Amino acid sequence: MSPTVEASPAPLWPLPCRLHARRRETRDTVTLELEAVGPGLGEFAPGQFNMLYVFGVGEVPISISGDPAHPGRLVHTVRMVGAVTRALGRLPRGGAVGVRGPFGTSWPLEEAAGSDVVVVAGGMGLAPLRPALYALLARRERFGRIVLLYGARTPGDLLYVTDLRRWRARMDLEVEVTVDAATDGWRGDVGVVTTLIPRARFEPASTVALVCGPEVMMRFVVRELQARGVPDGSIYLSMERNMHCGIGQCGHCQCGPFFVCRDGPVFPYRRIAPFFRLREL
Amino acid sequence: METLERLLAAHPFFKDLRPEHLQVLVGCAANVRFEAGQYIFREGEEAKTFYLLRHGRVALEMAVPGRGSLTIQTIREGDVLGWAWLFPPHRWHFDARAVELVRAIAMDGQCLRDKCEQDHSLGYELVKRFAQVIVERLQATRLQLLDVYGHVPHR
Repeated sequence: MSPTVEASPAPLWPLPCRLHARRRETRDTVTLELEAVGPGLGEFAPGQFNMLYVFGVGEVPISISGDPAHPGRLVHTVRMVGAVTRALGRLPRGGAVGVRGPFGTSWPLEEAAGSDVVVVAGGMGLAPLRPALYALLARRERFGRIVLLYGARTPGDLLYVTDLRRWRARMDLEVEVTVDAATDGWRGDVGVVTTLIPRARFEPASTVALVCGPEVMMRFVVRELQARGVPDGSIYLSMERNMHCGIGQCGHCQCGPFFVCRDGPVFPYRRIAPFFRLREL
Repeated sequence: METLERLLAAHPFFKDLRPEHLQVLVGCAANVRFEAGQYIFREGEEAKTFYLLRHGRVALEMAVPGRGSLTIQTIREGDVLGWAWLFPPHRWHFDARAVELVRAIAMDGQCLRDKCEQDHSLGYELVKRFAQVIVERLQATRLQLLDVYGHVPHR
C-alpha cells in the first residue's frame, strides 16, 4: 500500500472551512470545493476520505475527489440522500463546514508503477478514484496501459462529464463508459460495468486493479477480473461502511476484524476476501 | 486478403475450435455489413442467422408502448449476436440495430443446424459456446435489474 497521509494530531477537532464553489454533477449529486478559514489544509493521498461536519446538523464521511497535486482546495462529491448531505448540498457559498481528516488508507499507486492499471468504478465509486486517475496521469510514463471502466445507472447519473470527455480524448488512456438504462440520445454502451472487463485491453498478469462501487457490483467485478487472470493480490477495493469517528474508536464501520475507517477504506482484496461475501456482516 | 476461415478462427467466439469444425462452418458463413441506424433483425421475425461481430456496436432494443424503443444492452466487436436460430421457435426476441457501421460474419442458421445434426460433436461444441453466452447475458441482466447504483448511504 502507498504511504498514507496522517490525520491531524487532534483527529476529533474539525478544521473550520468555508464553501468556495459548488458544481451540480447530477440530479442528486454536487461537487463541493472547500477552503480553510485559518491554517491551510494538509495533503491527502488518493482514496482517503474526510469527515464533513455541517454545524448543528451532523457529520458524514465523504471521499476526497479532487487532485492530490492541489491540496489547497478540498474537493468532495456528495450525493444528497440524508439530512447532512442534503444540508451540504444546500450550503451557500461561504457557508461553514468542519473538516476532520484525511483518514484511511489509499490506492497503491507506488506498487502499480511498471504495471497496467485498470480502474473500475460504479456510480459514486468514481469519486474516490478520480484522485487516483489524476495522480496516474500526472506521472503517466511510470505505468503501462491505463484503463478506466465506468458504469452508472443512467446517462444523467454520470459524474465528471468534463473529465470523462477530456480523458477520452487522450491517446494514452482507454475509457469505457456504460449505463444500466439508456435514455433518449444516449449513443454509448448499455449494460453493467462487468461486461466491459472481458474486452478491455490490459495484461492481466501484470495489472493492478482499483475498484470502487456498491459492494454487490464489486463482487461481480472481482469475479470478472479473476476470470481474466488478474491475481487476487493485485486487486484493491474501496469499501463503504457507516463511518462515524474516522479513527477506529466507535466501531460503527466494523467489517469482521477490521474498521473500515482505520484499516480501509482501500483494502487489498486478498485481505478482506474472507469477509467480502459474508451476509449481515 | 483475409479469408473467411481466418476471420472465423480469429473471432473470440470460435477460439480454439477444432480446425475440421472451422472448415465445416465456413460453408455456412458470409461477410456482411450494416450501416449506422440499420435494423439487423426485428422482434418476432424468423431467426435464420446469427452474427459474429467484427467491428462496430449493436443495440438490442425492445419496443415498449408509450415509451418507444428502449435499449436493453449493447454488444460489439468480439461478441456474438443472436441465439434464437438455435432454439425453437426460431424467432427473434429483440430488435437489433446497428449503432454505427457494423461489420460481421453472418452464419446461416439452417445450414448450421443441418451440420450439427450430421456431426453431433460439432453440435455439442456450438451448444456449449452458446450456453456460455446465454449464461453471461443472463447474469449481466440480473445485475442490471438490481439497480445497484440507486441507493448509496454516503459519498
